[in-house]
Amino acid sequence: MKQKVRASVDEALEGLASGMSIMSGGFGLCGNAEQCIKAIARKGLNDLTIISNNCGNQGRGLAVLLKGRQIRKVVCSFIGGNPDLQEQYLAGEIEVELNPQGTLAERIRAAGSGLGGFYTPTGVGTVVAEGKETREIDGVRYLLEKPLRADFAIVRAAVADRWGNCRFYRTARNFNPLMAMAADVTVVEADRLVEVGELDPDDVHLPGIFVHRVFEAPEHDNLIEHRTTRARP
Amino acid sequence: MTWSREEIARRAARELADGDVANLGIGLPTEVANYVPPDVSVVLHSENGLLGMGPFPFEDQIDPQIINAGKQTVTVLPGASAFDSALSFAMIRGGHVDVAILGGLEVAANGDLANWTVPGKLVTGMGGAMDLAKGARRVLVLQTHVSKDGTPKLVGRLTLPATALACVHRVLTELGVFDCAGDHFVCVERATGVSEEEVARSTGARVVFR
Repeated sequence: MKQKVRASVDEALEGLASGMSIMSGGFGLCGNAEQCIKAIARKGLNDLTIISNNCGNQGRGLAVLLKGRQIRKVVCSFIGGNPDLQEQYLAGEIEVELNPQGTLAERIRAAGSGLGGFYTPTGVGTVVAEGKETREIDGVRYLLEKPLRADFAIVRAAVADRWGNCRFYRTARNFNPLMAMAADVTVVEADRLVEVGELDPDDVHLPGIFVHRVFEAPEHDNLIEHRTTRARP
Repeated sequence: MTWSREEIARRAARELADGDVANLGIGLPTEVANYVPPDVSVVLHSENGLLGMGPFPFEDQIDPQIINAGKQTVTVLPGASAFDSALSFAMIRGGHVDVAILGGLEVAANGDLANWTVPGKLVTGMGGAMDLAKGARRVLVLQTHVSKDGTPKLVGRLTLPATALACVHRVLTELGVFDCAGDHFVCVERATGVSEEEVARSTGARVVFR
């Protein structure tokens, strides 16, 4: 069996270098590969392209890499709530490519699925369509969106087995399984690492074929952006 | 008297039919969930990957890994499902979401929507707004009728960059309820005490009253 388990985050990120593109799973601060992000900050890599729905928020998560001026370009869908990114974007210090969220997800899925792109109705008649081929299919106007790949994907899973089969938890899943499909090196940071056979085949959300390296990280900050509650009646 | 934000949310909740799958945008649209009548059962879709979203948690129920698209902590209801972002937007673009209630900056009489950017002023990105506006079967927009300086936000033609074209069915503002009817708006309801003249004066396109 291919040995995918790594003893530490540093071993798992071996080969990651300045100038590379990284897909980072997560929606805001939820479902982030936190240990990987911290390691990238610590290593001081720079000139990075980050593909992520938000690129961190509130100065936390991937925003730590923004603060450290480690990022050259961000491909994302939303930068509200991310003052570091907004500031650098408005100052022209960083390149930002905004994608509609569904288009971002599908571009990544398309890359991982070996497709040359897809036609979507989203963005037709907007700035998103500028420079893109549009086509009418059965009376509906679509635009062509191309696949999106990266050198590395850093993925957070709830449980992974030693071959990389993954199970996610609640809304921490988001972009994680898609990004795992679309990178040259996919690194899974799992809350819990189990033996092969412990995950029921029907409970595997991401088959291990897409995963190259996995390490266990039982401790996570699991940061909350907006702590909203209701009173008990 | 014009409607308050709460009254707009209450009125919007009456637009939901029993059995609807609904996606509620960030801000005021999120609050619509608080006013859904007890005899109406609505399944809430959150585009970050949750169908069957419940209310905010009690303090001792908070789970950082259960959030809505506004990154607020929420709960899951019995029958809920969790999924990845591609599947979530397949639900949206595929026409499986019955209604989206979104915030707006400008709506044109032909249903064009602008709600994601004000060049030079507001830079947040479109997030899921373009997919939702295009993909949901019915699109309701909650917004103020005029901007702070009195400029109409229900217009003949968008002045702001579009989110999606010909997508809005109905707009709810502090002045009432308006349907997009092509080259004009149809006012289907006015807030109590608001005159037809006031509505006409505050709207940037022709309004037909009924």
